[in-house]
Amino acid sequence: MADVLAFVEQRDGAIRGAGREAVALAATLAASFGGSAKALLLGGVGVSGDAGSLGANGAAQVEVGEHDDLSDYHPEAYAAATVDRIRAGDYAAVIFSATTQGKDLGPRVAALLDVPLASDVIDATVEDGALSIVRPIYAGKAFARVSMDAKPALVSIRPNVFQTEAAAGPGSVQVFEPQVDAASWKTRVVERKAAGGGSLDVAEATVIVSGGRGMKGPENWGLLEDLQQAMGAGTALGASRAVVDAGWRPHGEQVGQTGKTVAPTLYVAVGISGAIQHLAGMRTSKTIVAINKDPEAPIFNVADYGIVGDLFEVLPRLTEEVKDLKAKG
Amino acid sequence: MNVIVCVKRVPDTETRIKIGEGGKSIDDTGVKFILSPYDEYAVEAALRTTEGAGEGEVTLITFGGEASQETLRAGLAMGADKALLLEGESGMDGLSTAKALVAELEAADAPLILFGVKAADGDQQQVGPMVGTLLGRACVTGVTQFDVQDGKVVCHREVEGGVEVVEADLPAVVSITKGEYEPRYASLKGIMAAKRKPLDKKAASVSADRMNVVQLSEPPARAAGKIVGEGAEAAPELVRLLREEANAL
Ligand SMILES: Cc1cc2nc3c(=O)[nH]c(=O)nc-3n(C[C@H](O)[C@H](O)[C@H](O)COP(=O)(O)OP(=O)(O)OC[C@H]3O[C@@H](n4cnc5c(N)ncnc54)[C@H](O)[C@@H]3O)c2cc1C
Ligand SMILES: Nc1ncnc2c1ncn2[C@@H]1O[C@H](COP(=O)(O)O)[C@@H](O)[C@H]1O
Repeated sequence: MADVLAFVEQRDGAIRGAGREAVALAATLAASFGGSAKALLLGGVGVSGDAGSLGANGAAQVEVGEHDDLSDYHPEAYAAATVDRIRAGDYAAVIFSATTQGKDLGPRVAALLDVPLASDVIDATVEDGALSIVRPIYAGKAFARVSMDAKPALVSIRPNVFQTEAAAGPGSVQVFEPQVDAASWKTRVVERKAAGGGSLDVAEATVIVSGGRGMKGPENWGLLEDLQQAMGAGTALGASRAVVDAGWRPHGEQVGQTGKTVAPTLYVAVGISGAIQHLAGMRTSKTIVAINKDPEAPIFNVADYGIVGDLFEVLPRLTEEVKDLKAKG
Repeated sequence: MNVIVCVKRVPDTETRIKIGEGGKSIDDTGVKFILSPYDEYAVEAALRTTEGAGEGEVTLITFGGEASQETLRAGLAMGADKALLLEGESGMDGLSTAKALVAELEAADAPLILFGVKAADGDQQQVGPMVGTLLGRACVTGVTQFDVQDGKVVCHREVEGGVEVVEADLPAVVSITKGEYEPRYASLKGIMAAKRKPLDKKAASVSADRMNVVQLSEPPARAAGKIVGEGAEAAPELVRLLREEANAL
């Protein structure tokens, strides 16, 4: 019998969807291990406000570490506080989110605890009392089933792959004050610059509208933005590498082998040919739409729905149709 | 200032991956191997650092098999000064890899150790921060550009929703992502010179892997899609299918 802990990410004090996915997976795994699901949330004073809602995602107990120095993610402080809480419990597994933050935090915690970490996991089950996971390798060109022989076994899960629903737990909240030794920090954040428009990161979005070289130039991105906005909340813009290398879009938007790996509900590829390195980053999307004037473009081999045509004609019409649909509700 | 770059040999990103006999590794017949793309950015960053300072050496280190020598030569051809092969097998357990590297890095005289943000084979994105943590050094991940000044390294890193500027005390470990450091091509002269640059080998200090591949499989094929139609006329039908069939809108 052992418990499972989910590390829950917040940004600006708001619990993120990826954190709820971690809690729901912890609940499923805890049931198999015969223990209970706990959640760990770190943040500034007052972050506990919404912590009880994690009960709906399956948390039996939510431990909230509040400290003024923890409002924003700080690698050394978060790693130390997380390791303390893991040591204080009896955990078979600890679940992180495979977000920018989780990919920074997980390896540090693994090194401090001397246990292995499986990153970017897309399936996790318990077999013969041990954690067995599946993770894409070679940028998704193969899947590896991997057994983990460690207690706790650490995993980070790919956003948007796991459910947030689980049998509800009591979600009792316990607030503690972590030890923070800011004087010992070897790194300091000196500046934070938000990307324009408070836009969502492409790796977290549930709908991605992505543009390639077929867009002809950065001045045409308004067409993609119109479609993205019509789609509503939870959407982000993506880009092919050709577009990023040309300087039309920032690297943070690049999808693919040397960019972000994404798994949204809907991925719309506009004027993107579908090179193997691009497909690597988006082929686990639930639904893929391609708009391309070349019927032979490889993107159509992975697309669920395709329109063959000139994107400059298709996009405005598509945006209108989506707006009409959303207006009807 | 000396800079060390940890690099890895990986299959070319163009490669179609075939699963080998036994199902636990890939079939590497006919596969071309390269220096992992993010590691190339890291090598470029290291070269610019020593070139900018007008002093210091760039050393490449890899943990892997004999064949990794070719990868090290590729980095030497870009301009690195020397290389070290820690012979052993680098598997799925990134912590084992980190420990093998740390055994060498602990005593190494380099205030800056660079990594790629992830290796283009296992895509674990973990060895850099594990090494930084095991060494007890300042560590910054996902860095697009940095400057070394006054005993510190000032790093720009991509985070969700923006950019962060982080200042780290030296000695430091930094993992590099795509950004400022578009890798240079090796010149013919560089390739010739690389053949004569020092490349040492020694047995790696290995620890047991606690993460083991049970089975590799091909990703599930996507069900054949459909062409909804041609041109703007097809838009209404696409929207209908997305709502009614795919539940995606
Ligand atoms: C090591 C390495 C790593 C890489 N990593 C990545 C990565 O992470 N992500 C990535 O995306 N790529 C990556 N690439 C690059 C990749 O190989 C391709 O070059 C790139 O994806 C092509 O981008 P694209 O589809 O926008 O451009 P193109 O291949 O030029 O395709 C443009 C498409 O637009 C269509 N088009 C043109 N005009 C119109 C129009 N008016 N209406 C409709 N359609 C139109 C064309 O038919 C064509 O299919 C990598 C390459 C290497 C070597
Ligand atoms: N076997 C290895 N030898 C040397 N460096 C490695 C090795 N494996 C990983 N690295 C380094 O760690 C980075 C991240 O790798 P990974 O965590 O495997 O994605 C790589 O880009 C390399 O810089």
